[in-house]
Amino acid sequence: MLTLLLLVPAAGGLAAWLVGRRAADAPRKLALLTLLVQLGLLLLVGQEPARFGTESPLLEQQHPWIPSLGISYHLALDGLGLVLLSLTVFLALAAVLTAWREIREREGGFYGLLLLLVCGLTGVFLAVDLVLFYLFWEVMLLPKFFLLRYWGGPGRVRAAWRFLLYTFGGGLVLLLAILGLHLAVRQTTGVATFDLPALLPAAPGGELGLVLFAGFFLGFAVKLPVFPLHGWLADAHAEAPLASVVLGGAMLKAGGFGLIRFALPLFPAAALHLQPLVLGLGVATILYGGLLACAATDLRRIAAYASLAGMGFVLLGIGAGNELGLQGAVVGMVAHGLIAGALFALWVVLRAQTGTLALDGLGGLWHRAPRLSGFTLFFALAALGLPGLAGFVGEFLVLLGTFRVSPAAAALAVGGLVISAVFALRLVQRTVHGPLRVTRPVTDLAWPERVVLGLFALLLLLFGLHPQPLLDASQAPLAQVARTLAAGEPQPPVEDHPEVAP
Amino acid sequence: MKALLLALPLLPALGFVVLALFGGSLSRRAVAALGCGVVAGAALLWTVLAVGYGVAPPPGEALRANLALWLAVGGVQAAFSFTLDPLSLVLSGVVTLVGFFIHLHAAETMRSEAGYSRFFAYFNLFITCMLVLVLADNLLLLFLGWEGVGLCSYLLIGFWYEKNENGRAATKAFLVTRLGDVGLLVGMLWLFAVCGTLDIAALNQVAPESLTAGTATMIALLIFLGAAGKSAQLPFQVWLPDAMAGPSPVSALIHAATMVTAGVYLLARLHPLFLLAPEVLGLVALLGGAGALLAALAAAAQRDLKRVLAYSTVSQLGLMFVALGVGAWRAAIFHLVVHAFFKALLFLAAGVVSDSLHHELNLLRMGGLRRRLPAAHLSFLAGAASLTALPLITAGFYSKDAILWGIWASSQGGLLLLGLALATSLITGWYSFRAYGLVFLGPAQREPHDEHDGVPVRLSLTVLSLGALASGLLSLPHLFGGSQWLETFLGRLLPGLPASSGALPSLTAEAAVTVGASLVALLGAGLGWWRYRAGRPATPPLSGLGEQLRRVLESGWGFDWVYARLFVRPFWGTARRLQPDPVEQGGDLAARLSLATARVVTSPETGGLRLLLLGLLIGALLGVSILLGR
Repeated sequence: MLTLLLLVPAAGGLAAWLVGRRAADAPRKLALLTLLVQLGLLLLVGQEPARFGTESPLLEQQHPWIPSLGISYHLALDGLGLVLLSLTVFLALAAVLTAWREIREREGGFYGLLLLLVCGLTGVFLAVDLVLFYLFWEVMLLPKFFLLRYWGGPGRVRAAWRFLLYTFGGGLVLLLAILGLHLAVRQTTGVATFDLPALLPAAPGGELGLVLFAGFFLGFAVKLPVFPLHGWLADAHAEAPLASVVLGGAMLKAGGFGLIRFALPLFPAAALHLQPLVLGLGVATILYGGLLACAATDLRRIAAYASLAGMGFVLLGIGAGNELGLQGAVVGMVAHGLIAGALFALWVVLRAQTGTLALDGLGGLWHRAPRLSGFTLFFALAALGLPGLAGFVGEFLVLLGTFRVSPAAAALAVGGLVISAVFALRLVQRTVHGPLRVTRPVTDLAWPERVVLGLFALLLLLFGLHPQPLLDASQAPLAQVARTLAAGEPQPPVEDHPEVAP
Repeated sequence: MKALLLALPLLPALGFVVLALFGGSLSRRAVAALGCGVVAGAALLWTVLAVGYGVAPPPGEALRANLALWLAVGGVQAAFSFTLDPLSLVLSGVVTLVGFFIHLHAAETMRSEAGYSRFFAYFNLFITCMLVLVLADNLLLLFLGWEGVGLCSYLLIGFWYEKNENGRAATKAFLVTRLGDVGLLVGMLWLFAVCGTLDIAALNQVAPESLTAGTATMIALLIFLGAAGKSAQLPFQVWLPDAMAGPSPVSALIHAATMVTAGVYLLARLHPLFLLAPEVLGLVALLGGAGALLAALAAAAQRDLKRVLAYSTVSQLGLMFVALGVGAWRAAIFHLVVHAFFKALLFLAAGVVSDSLHHELNLLRMGGLRRRLPAAHLSFLAGAASLTALPLITAGFYSKDAILWGIWASSQGGLLLLGLALATSLITGWYSFRAYGLVFLGPAQREPHDEHDGVPVRLSLTVLSLGALASGLLSLPHLFGGSQWLETFLGRLLPGLPASSGALPSLTAEAAVTVGASLVALLGAGLGWWRYRAGRPATPPLSGLGEQLRRVLESGWGFDWVYARLFVRPFWGTARRLQPDPVEQGGDLAARLSLATARVVTSPETGGLRLLLLGLLIGALLGVSILLGR
């Protein structure tokens, strides 16, 4: 079953690439079909809510691969993975629908890479063998690089290189940390393994643990991204084909996922030791990203920096390391994936209509396109953390969790909510309000666009008013991580945890 | 009863949803019917609930109804559940009843506007959020309503969005109140960290045991920041005068039934917490009193009719905060109710005036409208009289008297606060009748259109006039043979005055305060009327110093000027200095170095792929060599 989740997008991607040479519109239809199948598979997996309460994975699969080095083909899906996988597939669907009209050249390659990206992400969320994980990590990065390099805007070359150097550098550090961990464990226990469950109880503490934690942290922090490692983010968002950025929101979540799945449980003592640093970086990311978004003059950059600020809250929750903080981080990842995805899907429409995404060329759109403007307002409100929408739930839980460990960090982060209001309202003011400055004739949203954006809005509202499905699904794995951190050493999983919400 | 309580906020929410989704395709008549209808329905529901409450009070004086769970995780639980107790009953009554008449008024006066359905969608949302705010039984839900009214005020102040200055005013309102919300949010986090719950009733119960004096002081201070932001108190009052950019019914709604009363409500709702922090209550009273006087003086210098009223709101809210600060909780809520009637009335009357003069709002270009706009004239007179607290015949007299008596009799009061309140009272009379004289008396300066004379406008002005004059009967003091019915009812929840020396309030002292307050109000009103009895007096322009003083007052004591230099400009300066992002540039430097290295070993055309392969190769080699080395 889990292998199927990997094979479907990979096969779909390959097929899309192949048929792209014959018929121009076949790849997108194929991509849509593939993702719908993938969605169906996930729904099938999510059918068993009774198993969410347990800390053992929902599904697991293990085959030896290179036994001499202890590398195995080990996949496992838990509630957290399911949440992020669902987000990925939803965003990928939205990306395909957005690209439907935007991408008009080399479609086979575009959709092939897009599906390969989905495959890589799926692997990242499933792999519990570290070598396998690293493999998928790289599989996830390469398609993004090529999409950026060959389908991007005028500054695509610089953007692609920035992306590659940052993420590849981060990946290298991650690889070294993985190897270091393997060696350290082999030295102490004599067992050669890359399997996470086997590594967990034997991971080194002390100074070596600190170094290895720092390695994992750096590798994931580049992806999240975290101030001051965010240099690649804005360009990658501004130059990439917008449709691929819709899915990009899911990629950032891989960083947060890696921290929760690997870095925290493997090195709880080191995580506690470095907690002030992590919290500090979280606060810095929130404030710095917010400030950047306030002064940016291009809608893509505003959305990218808003996303950076949102990831700051995710890091803060991870840094807090208690159940509230981690739950908040997960809701925040979903919320900001949706918000960023929705904004970029919106920008596609906006650019098609007005020919620009620069603030100076926009304004007063409400006169001509009330629906488009209404959606802009709605997603801007989601970005500023309006209660009732998903972003607020994540931020509030993160703040509750953070306040317990560091009231000062929480208080500073709350300041980020004022800054997010500044950039969100500025965005509204400069695009949809004010005097009409768009010279082209603008028509309002067509039906397909309304459906895609409406789904985004509906999900944000749903998770804002009823986040319980998200919280319940990821509760058990997160509670275990929180217990590990609280104890400072790995904890055995508890079967049928009593804290299952009714 | 529980179903009715749940329906109370849901009904206007339904109106919002329908108008937001399908409003564009409805006729104006249908939009007005729906927009007003749902609020009328809510008012009706409220009436049934109030009667039901009066006949058979629920056990523990609180009717609770649970709609659905919001979130439950890691010890946090919050639900969409509502509480009806004396305080929320009174507040939701104001919101629905006064709110309904403002809706009715807007149905007629906004008819020619382009965004008619958008307007009523926002209006319905405003009522919804305010009802959620006052009925919420936990702080998280309260915060949802709290931010919701902030959003609605933003949308409605900026309703005429074509003008950039309206957008600026709207953004300012949202951001200034959001600054205060930071305090409220941190206070909530702190409360949860200490008490482990967000349920308001539970918090009020456990707060005295679980909070140390220092913690209680800090939390109360933080929450007061939120209240001061919403209720436009020092030092956050700057957003309210600019909020006049919206249509007049919007001002009426913001100033009377919703939004600005939220801060007063919050303090009353959490009074057990504030009672643990007497220093904070002292600060609340002092800032309230100082703000009341400063705003009254600023109101006296305004040349824009709606700005006069806006500053008067800041001033009257200041008096309510003084009452809260000295422990006269019931008097504060009493004044809130009365103020809602007369301030809604004043804004609606001002709207009728300005609509008949092509949206003219400058007092110096009005005059003599008494005969041409009779309905607006009488309504404004009733509102101004109530605002001034003219003795016996106005409701404002009784509620303001309750506050003054509270300041006098409370152990937390004092001569300073009493002096501030009386000085405010004096100037209130002056500026109220100054505005009245400039608009309605003297020779006509411009020929107005016919005033709105449809049934909705007439009805709303009449009912609100009655409220402005007679709502004092709700809580007639003993001195006048009343039973203080409203204050007694609120007394089931809110504590009485902290008595100064155990001495019972004597009728003589009460009478002395009443007579003194009456004389002050009459003096102010009389002077104002005397000076402006013939419209704009022909006076020489002020001398240099006087003119400068007038300008300072007109600008609201220069707070905007100071804030611009202290906060706004440094913020934007910092933000702009980060474009382009220095961190990004720094990263590029490192990238250039590595690219330069790469160029040495690869040709420029296919450098990308080769570098990548090289990297992979190096990584793999490094890994394998380490592995083999073991």
